[in-house]
Amino acid sequence: MTKKQKKALTQIIIAAVLFVPLFLISEGIVPVSLPKPVLFLLFLVPYLTVGRDVLRKAFLGIRNKQVFDENFLMTIATIGAIVLGEYGEGVAVMLLYQVGELFQSYAVGKSRRSITELMDIRPDYANIEVDGQLEQVDPDEIEVGSIIVVKPGEKVPLDGVVEEGNSSMNTSALTGESRPVDVGPGMQILSGSINMTGVLKIRTTCEFDESTASKILDLVENAASRKSRSENFIAKFARVYTPIVVYAALALAVLPPIFCMLTGIGMANYSGYLALWGDWILRACTFLVISCPCAVVISIPLSFFAGLGGASNQGILIKGSNYLETLANVRIMAFDKTGTITKGNFAVTDTHRNTIPKEELLELAALAECHSSHPISLSLKAAYGKAIDQSRIEDVQEISGQGITAKVDGKAVAVGNTKLMRTLGLNVEPCHKVGTIIHVAVDGSYAGHVVISDELKETSRAAMEGLRKVGIEKTVMLTGDAESVARKVAEEVGVTDYHAELLPADKVSCVEELMKETSDKRRLAFVGDGINDAPVLSRADVGIAMGALGSDAAIEAADVVLMDDDPLKIVKGVKIARKCIRIVKENIVFALGIKILCLLLAAFGLANMWLAIIADVGVMILAVLNAIRCMHVKNL
Amino acid sequence: MKKTYKIEVDCAACAQKMEDAAKATAGVKDATVTFMTQKMKVEFEDGAEAASVMQDVLKNCKKVEDDCEIFL
Repeated sequence: MTKKQKKALTQIIIAAVLFVPLFLISEGIVPVSLPKPVLFLLFLVPYLTVGRDVLRKAFLGIRNKQVFDENFLMTIATIGAIVLGEYGEGVAVMLLYQVGELFQSYAVGKSRRSITELMDIRPDYANIEVDGQLEQVDPDEIEVGSIIVVKPGEKVPLDGVVEEGNSSMNTSALTGESRPVDVGPGMQILSGSINMTGVLKIRTTCEFDESTASKILDLVENAASRKSRSENFIAKFARVYTPIVVYAALALAVLPPIFCMLTGIGMANYSGYLALWGDWILRACTFLVISCPCAVVISIPLSFFAGLGGASNQGILIKGSNYLETLANVRIMAFDKTGTITKGNFAVTDTHRNTIPKEELLELAALAECHSSHPISLSLKAAYGKAIDQSRIEDVQEISGQGITAKVDGKAVAVGNTKLMRTLGLNVEPCHKVGTIIHVAVDGSYAGHVVISDELKETSRAAMEGLRKVGIEKTVMLTGDAESVARKVAEEVGVTDYHAELLPADKVSCVEELMKETSDKRRLAFVGDGINDAPVLSRADVGIAMGALGSDAAIEAADVVLMDDDPLKIVKGVKIARKCIRIVKENIVFALGIKILCLLLAAFGLANMWLAIIADVGVMILAVLNAIRCMHVKNL
Repeated sequence: MKKTYKIEVDCAACAQKMEDAAKATAGVKDATVTFMTQKMKVEFEDGAEAASVMQDVLKNCKKVEDDCEIFL
């Protein structure tokens, strides 16, 4: 609890202790008879103890010409009740109102802190070695190229390259991925990840402000300041709402009694004019207590904040509540192919027409290509997967534009394209598979071919399926690749539509074309890997950048940043957004619904002040608890 | 020029009041108060002296919400 909260709690306890005996006396439960003026003065003590701040703020509001706020509502309602002789109710309302305020401030403060903790990856210090001793210094002071030491259990304070040591890193704060990553000398390390096992010496590659952790924090903290339409709506709503209820209460206090007096209808129920006016003024006061808008006003920003915090904990950075809202309304999604749906690397996907076993074919191809660093050679070596024994290879000759010939284990091996095969006098048939085809010949006879193509990400299919399930009507793949490749990928992954052979500028016009179908409730999102699709990312209603860690341009252009490149995160992002918006709507409907119901009850004299304040505080507590649910998105 | 300040404010409505007060201060181009992160982001007008403008912002905020705090 903060100092202010403790002070409020003390005031409440003192006031409650004073109030209870007085209340029992005034209700006649304890048979002590006190004259009314004495009772009034006695009640004034707990009232002022607990309500001082409210009265002061109401006065302050009037002085600043910002009259209508909840302090003002509570002040007139309680003073009204006391003037009418309902001392007990007046004080009780103020007391319970303050209990509610205290709870609200405590609950909101606590969830605010736990959400901030979820997002907090700020490193507090960096260790540097001075004369063989470790010293803790502010990460701000570390210069680029310094060596820092990170012990097990510590956060990496700055981005850098491992100089010495091996360890597993927990990168869940950055990517939401809980599987540890193994690192060793020469490997890139990002700030914000946690060292789990060994001591690491890291050579820093950037300053603190430029490091990944600082950038992410900056992004997340700014996110909360971009207000959504619901939040703006509520701010405007509160500005209009409070004056309206005050005037309605005034009308309720004045019009019915005047009507009664003029027409005489209903006068029989009252003993006189004083009772008539007293009853209606008390109803108006009850009406004011109920109308306090705090439940809605506090729960909406809290819901959004919790949603943003929960999402960032899952490695999904949403740059503002407004994007959370738009993301929830996405019905059309466009995707970049390479790097988004596919891995963007080349890999051996198949072997065909081989006269020798697949493993042997790959082995020969990999050995022959072992000196080349071409992506194709690398993918062959990766498919082979074993260390290459250089002594088995002799006579390597690279034939430019065709391939490689070499002697492997004494056999003459030729690895290359169709042209190379023709040079060798071999006739090859074109392959039906899409991709780069590498033929292999051994000792002058054809041994088969290897198909190398870009691989689908393991989860791409599941992601499209997931998107369909959450109601995304249209998934469109945009690619610069050839029609045949695009068609195949589109079929395999299950998108509803695709456009191939697009130049970067064509992607923008494609998205613009698609955006003609959108409306407020049907938004378009574009998902890309952030490389050369920044213009499309910023053109779409929501731009989602994938695996964008370390790519500043993408982080800048996108509205939602996925820290790793798992397409399933897109589905998760949409689900988080939907859940958050649903909770916001629930709170608006629930809180306002109960308020309107109680207002009607009060207007017809069916609700007294006790019910009014309990309804107000109760609704607020439930709305706050409901809002905090937005944070729990792990299992969506 | 933009600067971010840590603040202390009790409720969302009070944060809104602070935001309005800060926006109305001379030398402030735009201001955003975020209750959830307890931060105030101020964009100053060109040539405005941040330190002295912030004194006025603090004064104006105190006027509308006397128990708020801006950590300058």
